[in-house]
Amino acid sequence: MSRPEDTLPPDLFYNDVESHKYTTSSRIQSIQSSMTQRALQLLALNSPSMILDIGCGSGLSGEHLTSSGHIWVGMDISASMLAIALDRDAEGDLLLADMGQGVPFRPGTFDAAISISAIQWLCNADSSDVSASGRLSRFFDGLYSSLKRGGKAVLQFYPKNETQRTMITSAAIRSGFGAGLLEDDPDTKNKKLYLVLTVGAGRDEVVGDAVAGRDVTEVVKGLEGVDVIDERRKGGKSGKGKELKGSKSWILRKKEQNRNKGKSVKADSKYTGRKRRVAF
Amino acid sequence: MKILTTNYISCAVKACKSTSLSFPLHFQDAVLVQEEVDFKPEFITNILPRIEWEALKITAVELGFTTLPAQKPEATEEAPLDPQVLKDLHTLLLETQVTEGKLVCANCKHVYNIHQGIANFLLPNHLALPLIMITNF
Ligand SMILES: C[S@@+](CC[C@H](N)C(=O)[O-])C[C@H]1O[C@@H](n2cnc3c(N)ncnc32)[C@H](O)[C@@H]1O
Ligand SMILES: [Zn+2]
Repeated sequence: MSRPEDTLPPDLFYNDVESHKYTTSSRIQSIQSSMTQRALQLLALNSPSMILDIGCGSGLSGEHLTSSGHIWVGMDISASMLAIALDRDAEGDLLLADMGQGVPFRPGTFDAAISISAIQWLCNADSSDVSASGRLSRFFDGLYSSLKRGGKAVLQFYPKNETQRTMITSAAIRSGFGAGLLEDDPDTKNKKLYLVLTVGAGRDEVVGDAVAGRDVTEVVKGLEGVDVIDERRKGGKSGKGKELKGSKSWILRKKEQNRNKGKSVKADSKYTGRKRRVAF
Repeated sequence: MKILTTNYISCAVKACKSTSLSFPLHFQDAVLVQEEVDFKPEFITNILPRIEWEALKITAVELGFTTLPAQKPEATEEAPLDPQVLKDLHTLLLETQVTEGKLVCANCKHVYNIHQGIANFLLPNHLALPLIMITNF
């Protein structure tokens, strides 16, 4: 089955027909429901909170936020999806917005954020001319700023491959988040990946020995299959500080910087950063 | 769109991020409805510290509510907030909603339309991005 992300930009893919099909499928309803419950469990909120739902779609994820007693604001790029959310009387406020353009809220406002099956869309080319890495960093910078200190975000996503997975997690860390990855049912076709992000105790702020990644460890501790992306980890390749010179992520970042400076740069390909065989 | 949300939203235009003029956005031609929302005093207590009271006063006046206290009600150890105050805040912040109208940025004058309660925050790329990223293309 081809990935929808590879066929069309999200606002065109989720047209009226597709949005309707998506929302009324009982299979999809039950999957989105269990992933949202999982995200709420990881957020571990102990009082009714103000939550941002990124790529809220027709409100399948949001309705669980409502039934757990929270107030939410959803943003989505598809007008068709939002129209269905209206029809379904979603309790959350809805914003027609592109997360790749940022997160348009005053700093420090939300208690928490969730995103269910949406952020992998940022890795794909879309109708705008802007690079995926530029859109990822605008998104994570905006998300980081819109959360209150001590706030958390849980983002379930479907990376196409290892490259996308790294692209997304490293963009989050670059924006200042403490980050951990949690994989449910690994090695099955139902595997689900959750990026757990925390604000505060970030890279600039060392309180005691609470540094980035530590409170994430608390969150996901004891759960199976957890990979905490700790910048202090020896040889870790995800943290900005530890990025290996010459590694793929390093090359992609340098290329991006040069591109931003207006230099001409070779297009990224799956070969970027691979060791080349010695040529005779 | 709930009044609470308008106290959270700011102009999405890149150039407006660094100026205080871009918050709050200002209402024009707003159509209001009252919609019942479950009252949870803990929710109001939880978010109150993060409400920008001065901005809320501006918004309230624009929408025709003139009875907001001049100072943000604050709970203390000895004196928790009066339940009636929490209820009033609940009514204003969560139950009062804008279904049609415009939100306008005082800095860049960009107009965000609200239709059926949904605000349109999609921007043309030249407004959303720092200049350096556009000149490449
Ligand atoms: C699989 S649906 C998930 C919807 C909802 N979270 C749920 O659980 O049912 C993915 C959603 O992401 C939205 N999306 C994709 N790219 C987006 C972007 N750049 N900005 C905002 N939303 C986006 C799509 O429009 C779609 O509604
Ligand atoms: Zn503006």
